[in-house]
Amino acid sequence: MSFPESTSIVVENVSKEFTLRYQRTFKQVTVAKMRGEATKSRFKALDDVSFTVEQGESIGLMGLNGSGKSTLLTLINGVMRPDGGRVLTRGRIAGLIATGAGFHPQLTGRENIYLNAAVCGMTEKETDAKFDEIVDFASIGKHLDSQVGNYSSGMYARLGFAVAVNVDCDIFLADEALAVGDKPFKRKCLDKMQEIRDSGRTIFYVSHAAGSVRKMCDRVLVLENGRLGFDGPVDEGIHYVKYDSDDEDNDDDELGADV
Amino acid sequence: MTETPSHPEDPSEGGPTGASEGTEGGAGNRGGGKGPRKGGRGPAGRAGAGRQAAYVVDAPLTTPSPSPGLVEVFRHRYLLRLLVRREIQARYSGSFLGLLWSYINPLSQFLIYYVVFGIIMGRNSVEAYAVHVFCGLVVVHFFTETFNAGTRSIVRNKALVRKMAVPKEMFPVASMLVSLYHVLPQVVILVVVCLFYGWTPDPLVPVALLLALAIVTCLATALAIVFSAANVFFRDFSSVVSILTNVVRFGVPMIYPFRDVASKLGDTLAAVYLWNPIADAVLLVQRAFWVGATPDPEASAATELPDHLWAYGGVMLVVSAVSLVLAQLIFRRLENKIPERLT
Ligand SMILES: Nc1ncnc2c1ncn2[C@@H]1O[C@H](COP(=O)(O)OP(=O)(O)OP(=O)(O)O)[C@@H](O)[C@H]1O
Ligand SMILES: [Mg+2]
Repeated sequence: MSFPESTSIVVENVSKEFTLRYQRTFKQVTVAKMRGEATKSRFKALDDVSFTVEQGESIGLMGLNGSGKSTLLTLINGVMRPDGGRVLTRGRIAGLIATGAGFHPQLTGRENIYLNAAVCGMTEKETDAKFDEIVDFASIGKHLDSQVGNYSSGMYARLGFAVAVNVDCDIFLADEALAVGDKPFKRKCLDKMQEIRDSGRTIFYVSHAAGSVRKMCDRVLVLENGRLGFDGPVDEGIHYVKYDSDDEDNDDDELGADV
Repeated sequence: MTETPSHPEDPSEGGPTGASEGTEGGAGNRGGGKGPRKGGRGPAGRAGAGRQAAYVVDAPLTTPSPSPGLVEVFRHRYLLRLLVRREIQARYSGSFLGLLWSYINPLSQFLIYYVVFGIIMGRNSVEAYAVHVFCGLVVVHFFTETFNAGTRSIVRNKALVRKMAVPKEMFPVASMLVSLYHVLPQVVILVVVCLFYGWTPDPLVPVALLLALAIVTCLATALAIVFSAANVFFRDFSSVVSILTNVVRFGVPMIYPFRDVASKLGDTLAAVYLWNPIADAVLLVQRAFWVGATPDPEASAATELPDHLWAYGGVMLVVSAVSLVLAQLIFRRLENKIPERLT
């Protein structure tokens, strides 16, 4: 099957199965086996999910806890492979799944910026070019040259975020990224993400906040127990997950409060 | 207002790196792009694609997972270099003596072996016993460090492995390079000590040394790759590896001379003994340094080294290289389940 030039992400009949293990040690497993109890069971975190995304769309991915949103993002990110079906993507992927992944507590902020950027696929030259912008965005000031281990959790997140949003990517994934961080920073992040969106990159945004999904996205996918329950316009999607009733009025103010 | 004037982009411009071009095109489009987006939100939102004609990604539609194998690791050279540097820096950060510890550790082992076996148990029959032990220690230390650290490497980097799509062989390979980085100064010390013993180098010294290092590099990396994956599923493997590496110390002619193996175990068992690639690597390093440091190199080479040492070395290099290929095949089968089993 062929796809047009403008296709950014293809998810085709994808399923992902996890094995739940109840016992891990030899003794526990033996005892359980002798009693005839199950030592493991399988369940489908994603079940036959299909959709395609065009370049430049921004998708809000919603669903209850445990419905498989993060799992879907790790498949798109390429960390895991689907057990069935296939995932195809076009271009470089970056995002806020991994803010601060690979940050090493004993290295300084500066060293970690280079490392994290390399992990996101940037070359040394690209990082050099973006370095000031990253530092500026994180605005951690004089802490840049001190060990990341001593950062506050907010500062840690800011640094990770700053690197991620400055990676030159074609697909940007964000998974409940703004949980920590103070209010001005959250606003700055959402602004930056809108900027990324407006530059024509594909965005995949996981959130429980109807307000920011409405601001950011032009299409909503809803996962229900690993199945794709809804795929369509934003307002209907938010209605579908029944998130529209409670936060209609405090939308703008609470924009980032529960992103 | 609605249709952004498309910036015709030359589709021939670079693959994934072409992204930066794409971004620039997109940035110019920003002001215009914003308008239709806001209006387009809601029921008409799905028409999104048409508006973004300006942003062309000139890359193929492929699976996002990195392709497996060591080739892929070396395509990520820059990241590999940073990982190695991070490992070296972080290992000794916060310690006063820092990098010196990587010498103190083998040096203390050397002293133990030298005092216990050389002086107390009186292995005076071996000429230049210190050099004899040190030659073995360089090889054994390289091997055990790679094997031990490599086995733990994926579990230790789980924050990265669970979230980023980097080739996972990267981590055992980085462990190997960190160990290799520590080998070079040890070789320098070895040379200095040898000169002190009146060592005269010959042209085959670098050949023997490089052959030995190549054997150990391949074999240790192969083992590290397999065990790093196995360790994700059962952490027991790192304990198994500690035991194995202890055995290795005594399975090579380091604290005892090879001559004793031949005379006490007989020729058949000595031949079996030589099928241990690490033992051959130690003998090759001894061929390079220790033999020349003994009072009568010619005689030492004849009596202390096995016949056909070079042939054994060559065969063991092939064996190690094959095991490296096998290791990648095994790793490929385990790799898929690694991210989800790393908790
Ligand atoms: N490595 C794993 N092993 C076993 N089960 C897993 C694993 N990762 C996720 N799961 C299970 O898969 C299901 C989906 O998890 P996932 O993290 O995708 O949910 P989510 O939609 O992101 O939820 P949340 O809104 O809480 O972030 C959950 O039931 C979870 O327990
Ligand atoms: Mg989640």
